[in-house]
Amino acid sequence: MNYTWQWDVFLQAANPRETYLDWLIAGMWTTIKMGCLAWVLAFCIGSILGVMRTLPNRLAGAIAATYVEVVRNIPLIVQLFMWYYVMPRFLPEAWRMWMFAQPPATTAFVTATLGLGFFTAARVCEQVRAGINALPRGQLNAALAMGLTLPQAYRHVLLPVAYRMMVPPMTSEMLSIFKNSSIAATVGVIELFARARQLNDYTARGYESFIAVIACYLIINVLVIGLMTLVERRARLPGFVGSH
Amino acid sequence: MQELDFSSLTPQAIATLWSGMLISLQVAATALGVGLVWGTVLAMMRLSRFRVLSFLAATYINLFRSIPLAMVLLSFYLIVPQLLRSLFDTSMDTRLLSALVGFALFESAYFAEIMRAGIQSVSKGQLAAAVALGMKPLQAMRLVVLPQAFRNMLPLLLTQLILLFQDTSLVYVISLTDFFTSASGIGERDGRLEEMMIVAAVVYFVICFTTSRLVKLLQARQAA
Repeated sequence: MNYTWQWDVFLQAANPRETYLDWLIAGMWTTIKMGCLAWVLAFCIGSILGVMRTLPNRLAGAIAATYVEVVRNIPLIVQLFMWYYVMPRFLPEAWRMWMFAQPPATTAFVTATLGLGFFTAARVCEQVRAGINALPRGQLNAALAMGLTLPQAYRHVLLPVAYRMMVPPMTSEMLSIFKNSSIAATVGVIELFARARQLNDYTARGYESFIAVIACYLIINVLVIGLMTLVERRARLPGFVGSH
Repeated sequence: MQELDFSSLTPQAIATLWSGMLISLQVAATALGVGLVWGTVLAMMRLSRFRVLSFLAATYINLFRSIPLAMVLLSFYLIVPQLLRSLFDTSMDTRLLSALVGFALFESAYFAEIMRAGIQSVSKGQLAAAVALGMKPLQAMRLVVLPQAFRNMLPLLLTQLILLFQDTSLVYVISLTDFFTSASGIGERDGRLEEMMIVAAVVYFVICFTTSRLVKLLQARQAA
């Protein structure tokens, strides 16, 4: 190998306003923004679906189960294409006009974030369900016997414990969401992965560009793991294996 | 709401989709084959007493598990053709070859974690008994531990296979014409991308849903 590394390529100007390093940072920022927004969405929808799957009501369970099966068995890239190309056709005329009036980057970002969020919701749902089902059956019965209504039992007894036990699997879902956000590049979101292609094309320094982008993904991973370790420490349940 | 029009699904288009599907299956099968073997080796390395081996395996696994697949495919598309040209002159399509190599190495990291859990699920007494019977450590691993590990992890391995098959659609980023890329290509040509995406979604759903049901049946039979 007689490859001459040229790391200062990132300090060169890509255009009068930005250097290539700015591109990299902008890409990382978009990835982080998208991952976090999609995560919030996934967490809310996934929690609702997960609770639905544990309710005594058969219909609610069937709806949530169908959602999970459909979303889990279609590749994410197909789902993002559906959100970007197919979903607008089923919107009311006024909404569609509004959507197409936005800059293309915004439309892509919004639809891809929705797609990513709804995709991850199915996985969060399964974690929430597993968390609630892992609790002893007596917890719910005791709560009901004490006169709590079903929503109160979930709110004050089941969910607080289930969520605290769910932190480790949620960490891996969170890591996946940032990795999966790279697929949004295929519908035109200029995030980290799209920047890798841009940097490669514009600088013609493939190895440097890709190593830099991979390093950015590793940094995001480390940040997520660090953050979730803090959460895990705060949320640890006393009296269980692994709590000190 | 606008009307949907599936008229672009001509016999010719279906033939193209079918040859795309064959590529998808080829990529998935290669990744499964290589991933199982190399993943098992990685898992054994990671559990090895030798620090260097377990460190190397852990680094490999963690690195591949922290990078998005799309990024891995694109990197291999950049690196592999150069590497191959220096090693041997091949007439094989470089897109397909880099997809096969990238995919197999990427999935190995995931299979390694499953196999590690599988090996750890076999009780210690099994290994001790094998050694007491006079087997060498590697022999005991191959004849006693691995078959049980494999059996215990079969449902998880098959679930991973479904995910892997879905992930093959990501070769879109290096424009390899697998099923998904063919579908979007036909859609873009005819201006009927929406309909083709619905077709792709239905096909993937039917394949993956059927397979996951079969895995559930297998799981139930194994538990019984």
